[in-house]
Amino acid sequence: MGESKPLPVVDYLKIPEDSEPYLEGYRCKKCGATYLGQRNVCSKCFARDNMEVIKLSNKGTLHSYAVVYRSFPGIDVPYISAIVDLEGGGTIKGNLVNIDPDPDKIEFNMPVKVIYGDALGRKDKEGNSYLSYFFEPA
Amino acid sequence: MSDVYVMGVDMIKFGRFPDRSVPNIGAEAALMALDDAGLGIQDMQALYCGNLGQANAMVGQRILQEIGQTGMPVVNVANACATGATAFREAWMSIKAGMYDVVLAVGVEQMGKGLLGGAGGGDGIPKEGLLGSGTMPCVFAEAGMEHAKEHGTTFEQFAKISVKNHHHSTMNPKAMYQIETPLDEVMNAEMISYPNTKLMCSVNVDGSAAAVLVSEKKAKELGMARAVKVRASAMASDPYTDRDLVMPDVNACTRLAAKDAYEQAGIGPEDVNLVELHDCFATAEMLHYENLGLCKDGEAGKMIDEGHVNLGGKVPVNVSGGLLSKGHPLGATGIANIYEICTHLRGEAGKRQVEGARIGMTHVIGLGTACGIHILEKTS
Repeated sequence: MGESKPLPVVDYLKIPEDSEPYLEGYRCKKCGATYLGQRNVCSKCFARDNMEVIKLSNKGTLHSYAVVYRSFPGIDVPYISAIVDLEGGGTIKGNLVNIDPDPDKIEFNMPVKVIYGDALGRKDKEGNSYLSYFFEPA
Repeated sequence: MSDVYVMGVDMIKFGRFPDRSVPNIGAEAALMALDDAGLGIQDMQALYCGNLGQANAMVGQRILQEIGQTGMPVVNVANACATGATAFREAWMSIKAGMYDVVLAVGVEQMGKGLLGGAGGGDGIPKEGLLGSGTMPCVFAEAGMEHAKEHGTTFEQFAKISVKNHHHSTMNPKAMYQIETPLDEVMNAEMISYPNTKLMCSVNVDGSAAAVLVSEKKAKELGMARAVKVRASAMASDPYTDRDLVMPDVNACTRLAAKDAYEQAGIGPEDVNLVELHDCFATAEMLHYENLGLCKDGEAGKMIDEGHVNLGGKVPVNVSGGLLSKGHPLGATGIANIYEICTHLRGEAGKRQVEGARIGMTHVIGLGTACGIHILEKTS
């Protein structure tokens, strides 16, 4: 099991055979609203069957965050829960890493990049590893 | 359409009652509200019951099994933290529609301890702490930090809200806690999700509240002396905004419901004498000063700094102690807030009475998202 390819942590994280992992979005061709994961109808403009599949950018800016000190048992704290606006559309939430979890050091609108790595060693019941995404200062 | 009045309303003192059942806790408030109205269960034409934890378990009918099985129609509602307000609103609508003249609304919840929420369930591996945090203190911290980004709001300003609400609760015998929490104590309490410390998070408690709503015809028959008029009942879900699906937008939803409520009542925010709003976290209360139009955008920090939202201020907010100190039994909160406003409009709030209160507003947010707003007016 340990040798097998990791699984994506969410269904909108794509792991191609022959290229780098990326995040996939669905964009409304009518109004441009961008969604994580598959959509058939746009909840912004209500257009039906007018979605295109897009590769989301790995560049973005920090919109908001919180520093989490108390989480569920077994989860390492503190960590930064971050909301990131991706270049070209799409907003995504995840852990901001490789920076002190200190509000004095975290700047709103700071450029970040999306990076991919093992899901903090978490495995499912079958022992499968997972690939996750994170943010780090760009 | 008939105007609708609150003829009876009450809540139990919030606390922790692990040895009691949910219907038993709800039944207590139901009887209190009936007594307050001078009516019996046999006078009720319908029951709308709000509860979240046992949403699939016929809590309303089980309440009647404890206090009187008249055979009346019962509807059980669940709408996250807007559950109680939703039950009240359904009762209001049934009278507005001309179906009934006397209706009971009950909200009840029995809570566990600990964190609510959590990021992403489903298949695979746990996502909490991997894809950020879905815990409620974090979600509302992120919403507060968005305000900090736009307006420079500080940790200290958020903390002051908790100081205020805990202070208010020392005058409310039905609050879970009656304890002063000075600013340094709030700021130095255990950090849960920056900028929310433990004393800036609502208290998980058990509780219930209930209201008897009547038509104008019935109110006149029973006597208007203590009746409170429902001037507006508004509800909104989250409209599309760019980040809402990733970062629940409690602002747009509240603004939508507030606009509707003010229009229904034909008044503006300047006419409101007191507000009970959804301070599930100190960061949340800050946002709603602006969302409800109590001040201009960007001036929420000033509202707390200058004491405008304190008892005795321009528009006192959460004089009950709020969810932060009175406690937050999810399904009961929306009716407990209505009890608080009615108590002031009736001039019966004792030490925390907002003098001369004629119009009050209640606001709740259920994440996901539902916003319920009621505007209530003194009749005599």
